[in-house]
Amino acid sequence: MSILIEKRKNISRPAQVLVPAASFLASLVLTGVLLLAFGADPFATYRAMFRGAFGSGRAFTETLVKAIPLILTGLGVALAFKLRFWNIGAEGQLTLAGVAASWVAIFWGRWMPSFLLLPAVILVGCLAGAAWAGIPALLKTRLKVDETLVTLMLNYVAILFSEFLYYGPWRDPKGYGFPGTEPFPEAAWMPRIAGRAHLGLVFGLVLALILWFVINRTRWGFELKIIGASPQAARYQGIAVERNVVLAILLSGALCGLAGVGEVTGISRRLQQGLSLGYGYTAIIVAWMAQLNPLAVPFVAVLMAALLVGGDQVQMMMGLPASMGILMQGMILFPLLAGSLFTEYRIRRTGRHAAADAGGAE
Amino acid sequence: MDLITSILAITLRAGTSLVYATVGETYTERAGILNLGLEGIMLMGAVSSFAVVYYSGSLVLALLTAVAVGGLLSLIHAFLTVTMRANQVVSGLAITLFGTGFASFLGQRLGPVSNGRYLVGLTGPRFAPIDAGALGRIPVLGALLNQDILTYGIYLLIPLAWFYLYRTRNGLWLRAVGENPRTADAMGVPVFRAKYLYTVLGGMLTALGGAHLSLAYTPGWSENITGGRGWIVIALVIFSMWNPARAITGALIFGGINAVQFRLQASGTNIPAGFLNMLPYIATIAVLVAITWWETLSKRVGAPASLGTSYMREDK
Repeated sequence: MSILIEKRKNISRPAQVLVPAASFLASLVLTGVLLLAFGADPFATYRAMFRGAFGSGRAFTETLVKAIPLILTGLGVALAFKLRFWNIGAEGQLTLAGVAASWVAIFWGRWMPSFLLLPAVILVGCLAGAAWAGIPALLKTRLKVDETLVTLMLNYVAILFSEFLYYGPWRDPKGYGFPGTEPFPEAAWMPRIAGRAHLGLVFGLVLALILWFVINRTRWGFELKIIGASPQAARYQGIAVERNVVLAILLSGALCGLAGVGEVTGISRRLQQGLSLGYGYTAIIVAWMAQLNPLAVPFVAVLMAALLVGGDQVQMMMGLPASMGILMQGMILFPLLAGSLFTEYRIRRTGRHAAADAGGAE
Repeated sequence: MDLITSILAITLRAGTSLVYATVGETYTERAGILNLGLEGIMLMGAVSSFAVVYYSGSLVLALLTAVAVGGLLSLIHAFLTVTMRANQVVSGLAITLFGTGFASFLGQRLGPVSNGRYLVGLTGPRFAPIDAGALGRIPVLGALLNQDILTYGIYLLIPLAWFYLYRTRNGLWLRAVGENPRTADAMGVPVFRAKYLYTVLGGMLTALGGAHLSLAYTPGWSENITGGRGWIVIALVIFSMWNPARAITGALIFGGINAVQFRLQASGTNIPAGFLNMLPYIATIAVLVAITWWETLSKRVGAPASLGTSYMREDK
């Protein structure tokens, strides 16, 4: 008899929910230890964070405000990760879409009928996000260039480009030197639903449903799953791997782009500093914690948004750094990853014969 | 001539942190482990070493702290990817996200009360360039000599890292682990121990690179002091074809871009600063495309064959 560890064909259902939940609890404990080490009371801190994120109607809508970009970028990243395409460029796709949306909102408003302006802003923004993701997608499929690095480098390029614009040629002349563009015309504002939470929330929820349907109930989604599992197998079955990857990544970029459109048209209503607060990176945590399941993305996004909003509250009320929330987010992935031994592998006691049959690393 | 010497001097200074991290990650990847956590490890190395030097005044203690912090963070990565078989890409991203958040937290918490507990804006002891006397005034050679002790360190590190990898039995074992862990295992190489060892070693060197930033290159702590250097290093490892001797070339190119940026900005060019600052990132993409293309054309594969996959040993 000996111990055998083998890869599971299907990830077990209960583990899919239990492991992320346990990871969240584990990160609370780990952060609690850290808080104690810094002389803060973890229970009081968590209470304050919870109250800050959910304690009042205003607190809850502010949590939703931060959840919107996390839902959209989380969906985009989850789609890319399903294909084992490591898009860590959500931040840049979001930023460039914000820039493109601002361009339309500021410069097209002068000649465009006002009812067309917001749709045009959204469309151009999403296209910009898709284009920015298209660069690494083409480089990967045509030349086999590593997408992780290209997507990440393009984040810096997009952010520097947006800074150049609002510090330079697009800076509001009436802005008293404040780094930002002039405010958008009202026709380019994303309608708000409650507090500052805007229509992007509806887009996010509907798109989560659509994406789930596309991946699990359509032929294209089935093909994407095969590509994600094994590009080799997909090729044998006559699936156009390269074309499908590029299409899916364009879609991923458009989703991240929509997040940027929502930020500039729904929240700041101009292009200015702090367009993205690292949403594109948090999206990685959202996607992985949701086990790349689009339907789980909105729930995880609200949880991560609550950590951000709660972190801000903790700073005001207890003098702890606001980066508390980001620290906790970072901590969540560790127990989650450690849990992959239990979700993706099966541990069995077995005889010599079975071990010889099952062998082989991936 | 004077201009060349001064550009070379800045290049070496800017490239030092890159060399430490590139050599470190080369060793890690040679063991088959991809560590995308470099950016987070560098930031943690930078913030921890600066905090220690600020309070203790000891540069040696600061370096030891950075090494310990880098070792611990990469130990997490080794545990998750080797023992728990987690996805290497996501585990590395987790290290970077955690390291970035934790470094920012420490930078807002470890400072003195008089500075609102912030570390930003403080100054402490630092590694100053060594005065090489008359030798330092010789063109070009002077650029090599008028450097801080950590830059001197890379003159030793690069040949040593090359020699160990290609001329010792342990180096041979390391390469075998990355190429084919099953065969290495059969040869009697302790595969799991090697993966742990070189992942931790890589993290230590990376954190030293981070410490060079906060103790010598741009003394002090500021948020995002690395500016993506941890990611550029991942590209440099590919560019150097996993050979530590070539780590210097990439570092010189990117250090050189920094130096040119610096000169242009100082001379008051009318190219907007934003575009100049994009240079390292665009250059990284260009270098990556060029090297990948060249690899395809010449049918050469530089990457260790087992890079990124987790190794399962079948017990018999």
